[in-house]
Amino acid sequence: MTTQEQTIIPIEVGKLFGGVEQFRNEGYRLVQIGCTKVGDVFEINYSFDKDFVFKNLRITVTAETEVPSISGMYWGAFVYENEMHDLFGIQVRGMNIDFKGTFIRTAIQHPFGVSISKGEKP
Amino acid sequence: MTKQIIIPFGPQHPVLPEPIHLDLVLEDERVVDVIPSIGYIHRGFEKLVEKREFTEYVYIAERTCGICSFIHGMTYCQGIEKIMNIEVPERAVFLRTVWSEYSRMHSHLLWLGLFADSFGFENLFMNAWRIRERVLDVMEQTTGGRVIQGACKIGGVRRDISGEKLDEMKKGLDGIEKEIEGLTTVFLRDDSVRHRTKDVGVLSKEDAYHLGAVGPTARASGVDIDLRKTGYAAYGKLKLETITESGGDCYARCVVRSRELFTSMDIIRQAIGKIPEGPIDVKVTGTPNGEYFTRAEQPRGELVHYIKGNGTKFLVRSRIRTPTLTNIPPLIRMLQGCELADVPVIVLSIDPCISCTER
Repeated sequence: MTTQEQTIIPIEVGKLFGGVEQFRNEGYRLVQIGCTKVGDVFEINYSFDKDFVFKNLRITVTAETEVPSISGMYWGAFVYENEMHDLFGIQVRGMNIDFKGTFIRTAIQHPFGVSISKGEKP
Repeated sequence: MTKQIIIPFGPQHPVLPEPIHLDLVLEDERVVDVIPSIGYIHRGFEKLVEKREFTEYVYIAERTCGICSFIHGMTYCQGIEKIMNIEVPERAVFLRTVWSEYSRMHSHLLWLGLFADSFGFENLFMNAWRIRERVLDVMEQTTGGRVIQGACKIGGVRRDISGEKLDEMKKGLDGIEKEIEGLTTVFLRDDSVRHRTKDVGVLSKEDAYHLGAVGPTARASGVDIDLRKTGYAAYGKLKLETITESGGDCYARCVVRSRELFTSMDIIRQAIGKIPEGPIDVKVTGTPNGEYFTRAEQPRGELVHYIKGNGTKFLVRSRIRTPTLTNIPPLIRMLQGCELADVPVIVLSIDPCISCTER
């Protein structure tokens, strides 16, 4: 089995900007931003790649935390940031293109921000 | 100052098989800015991990896309196998590689047809799809499914391919290759095709890299990103030539996909030549506890499945980052400065898969 090496670096929200800036300066590309609901908090992974070296910055936030946008450094980040706002209800500050909740049209607000047990309708 | 007007493009448009909406800001006939909108058909697949067991979720993962379904299923399985330390038999790994490359071929042929349709070359469109049928026939004969194969499972594959059939497939490729040669010659040498695609929708190498372009969209701008080089499945045991171009225009994207058809056939031939005998699956026990980012090269580019399990039969998270989602920002850059009449060709040139994007 081939293993694709990957690193996850947990950081505080306040240090996110500096961490991303370092990746940008070192020539990494942004692969994705993904959110995961773990209990009452959200883990947000910022994934970067350079020559198949795959690294992730991870912040852990609550629904009330305001997360700074990284779209100033990675212009394309707005698709992921709008996505995590619309699906999880994460508040992102300073996006270059802010759809204000209309990027992904969902029948219920922030569907991924709530947990569903088996048999229950979303 | 020239008066600006906004023209809505999509979500329903003759060149769009699936809905995406672009607000095109125009000055005269020139596009100066673009605002994209998606989300018309978002299905919330990822949420189903809370209701479907991790073994059943293979079927869900496959249905993320109707074109590169096999690679979605395989990538998901790879992630679970990594978390659970499952060693997949070599024969299964080679079979996965063969089916992945047939998927790439049928996807690229589908795209070539749609691309021809976008600039009004209907005969070329039908010819590309006629050849694609031969590829789909092989998929159906070997997996039982033309589009959704259901051949991949955690721990291996569900079906084997006999030695006789593998030989037949290898011979069949000779005929397909001849037809593809004729087809791609028209795409790459015909004046009317060049006229509509050359120097249209140019994406520089720097923009391609920093805006997150992947797959043929990135490689056509000279960015050599091909996840197959990481050696997943059987790619590490096969010789792989990455196709890159430097033009960064619609023509370069067409060149990359056309030439990749031949690379895929070469990989299939190599894989058939090296496929070992042996079992095609292993028994899987236990449940996944851990997390992994698994990546693969889809026809449209880098695919990422993030999987997180907590030791129960239901995963905590399956996050799928599809190539089209990350190719949207580069598309905006390509469209800025183009003529209105070129918009359909440029949009098609990234091979947008909205069902993937709206997983």
